[in-house]
Amino acid sequence: MDVRRRNNVRVTGRADGPVVLLAHGFGCDQNMWRLVLPALARDFRVVLFDYVGSGRSDPGAWSEERYSSLEGYARDVTEVCAELDLRDVVFVGHSVSAMVGVLAAARAPERFSALVMVAPSPCYIDEEGYRGGFSAEDIGELLESLESNYLGWSATMAPVIMGNGDRPELGEELTASFCATDPDMARVFARTTFLSDSRRELKTVAVPTLVLECAQDVIAPREVGAYVQAAIPGSRLVTLDATGHCPQLSAPQATAEAIVDFVGAAR
Amino acid sequence: MCRTDQVPNEPSDRDQDAGATDAAFTSLLEDSAEELYEQAPCGYLSTLMDGTIAKINNTLLDWLGLPRQRVVGRMRFTDLLSVGGKLYHETHFAPMLRMNGEINGIALEIKAAGGSRLPVLVTSKVKTSSDGEPILIRTTVFDARDRRTYEAELLRRHREAEEARRQADADRARLQEALEVLQQSLLPATLPAVPGMEAASYYHTASPDLLGGDFYDLFPLDGTRWAFFLGDVCGKGPKAAAVTSLTRYTLRGAAMHDRDPVSVLRTLNAVLHERYNSGDARYCTSIFGFLEPDGDRTAVQLASGGHPSALIQRADGSADYLPTPGGMLIGILPDAQFTTARTVLSRGDTLLLYTDGLTEARIGPGRDLYGEDALRDFTRAQPPAGPQALVAALTTLLTGFGDGLDDDTALLALGIPATPPAAVGDPLA
Repeated sequence: MDVRRRNNVRVTGRADGPVVLLAHGFGCDQNMWRLVLPALARDFRVVLFDYVGSGRSDPGAWSEERYSSLEGYARDVTEVCAELDLRDVVFVGHSVSAMVGVLAAARAPERFSALVMVAPSPCYIDEEGYRGGFSAEDIGELLESLESNYLGWSATMAPVIMGNGDRPELGEELTASFCATDPDMARVFARTTFLSDSRRELKTVAVPTLVLECAQDVIAPREVGAYVQAAIPGSRLVTLDATGHCPQLSAPQATAEAIVDFVGAAR
Repeated sequence: MCRTDQVPNEPSDRDQDAGATDAAFTSLLEDSAEELYEQAPCGYLSTLMDGTIAKINNTLLDWLGLPRQRVVGRMRFTDLLSVGGKLYHETHFAPMLRMNGEINGIALEIKAAGGSRLPVLVTSKVKTSSDGEPILIRTTVFDARDRRTYEAELLRRHREAEEARRQADADRARLQEALEVLQQSLLPATLPAVPGMEAASYYHTASPDLLGGDFYDLFPLDGTRWAFFLGDVCGKGPKAAAVTSLTRYTLRGAAMHDRDPVSVLRTLNAVLHERYNSGDARYCTSIFGFLEPDGDRTAVQLASGGHPSALIQRADGSADYLPTPGGMLIGILPDAQFTTARTVLSRGDTLLLYTDGLTEARIGPGRDLYGEDALRDFTRAQPPAGPQALVAALTTLLTGFGDGLDDDTALLALGIPATPPAAVGDPLA
């Protein structure tokens, strides 16, 4: 199994810098980090990848069984770390990937030195005594939206979108469709993301942790950020003056600064 | 009479058209840009980069059923969307828009007046300042009710087709399994051991549903005698298989009582004729025979009903047909005549029964029939190494025919090995 190819792994930045592993969330791929990449690459050795089923990962490596639980995605992370033999990794996970980072750090604690959780939520569904912001019916609506919008994905485009890590000339075209995913795989990732409850795993975190939230985020509201911060002992919460669920796109400079500051303080 | 004379005398249709067009243009010119914006047949809105709605047209306000003052500066674009739409907006729409500066034709639902939902198609484009900084997002919203109904219908049909395909695959697998079981019931699973003799068989089915019309069998009768048969039912598929089944069990039953192979074939003829004489005529050809092993010799008595003659490969390397001319097809006429023949197999001799799939295979560029002479010559060219070696050589030959072999083919070879197998328990072995 060629993990680098399977997960479309890319390494950039300062070769002797601390390792920062950037993990995209549900929806798109590693291009999500494009606007913060220049700032991070100045100080860090930056590792980017696509989860199997997203971006330009190898669709042949996907299985519904493995990717129906966040553990399957956490295995992608630990397998990338093992393949590159990464140590003292600062794991930066966006959205659902923040929780994938928690699971990965529990699987392979020897590899991780810090976590940055960007717009995290351990549980999206409202429950007794907990407000995640959504009901199971809302997630059904999202699945309908996925079915109605293929975003340029089609059976004929699939070979171009997927598994062409060795053809950089396609980059431009692929960035234009970087949120395009095989609808079957997207549906499984959506379900796994929004129907998982990882609240109990938060207390397993044993490394310095930064919780990075947006002031206005319909997917991960402020109270969820506060919940995550309270559940992880010693974690820091930074609220960015940003709107939406993707501060690395809407406020790239502030996001990069917060990560750089945190890594500096943690070391 | 010249038609052109009349034209200048009355106002032409063309003049009237021009007048009407002028009037239309005049009214269009009075349609100000603002009115065009406000009453456009689609919704317009402009938002700040954080999504706050800065401008919105009347068409969209009408769809929303909201007064302007409750929207402008107070609501964000995502506030107009269903919850699923909000999730989709945050995970796909906003990232794509931010990265590419525009996004086209995204299907979303807005919360319309009175609590209903309006399916829409949304296109957004970022407006940037002269130094490239994004300033605002311009969005058009199209009513997509009919289109989405149509798409939902397509999706539903797609799912139905997928389901039907899955069902068809499952049905096919089940049918295939049933056919395999049925086919196995028409042929012996293994050939029984006949003392001092060796037997080998081969079966090739040309039909995709596995049900061939050829059959063979070898079975013990009373401890000293064995019966064998090989034949070919006309046609292929389930109906032929039914005849094969009836034929096999009739021959097996008749062999228990009759000591004369001709009499056995007569019984079969009577059964098939009675069963199939009206309408759907079915018949077969077959060689049926008895074996009586006695030391290193075996007496063979057989009868043929319209079937190609058996071939005997002798220990000296010769090979010749055991002629059974004149035997009639089985099941056609109430009083069919069958031909009988006898021979004795000695050490190193092999008796070969086959169906015409072998001799009627098409070979070479001219697609000529392989033929009985070629089969005899081929057999003469093989060393007399017993039934298994002969069947193996013929199997290779058949495989080499490729698509020239377009019919079912059965082979049954019975013989006495050139060197006797070591007796069980022999102290010198």
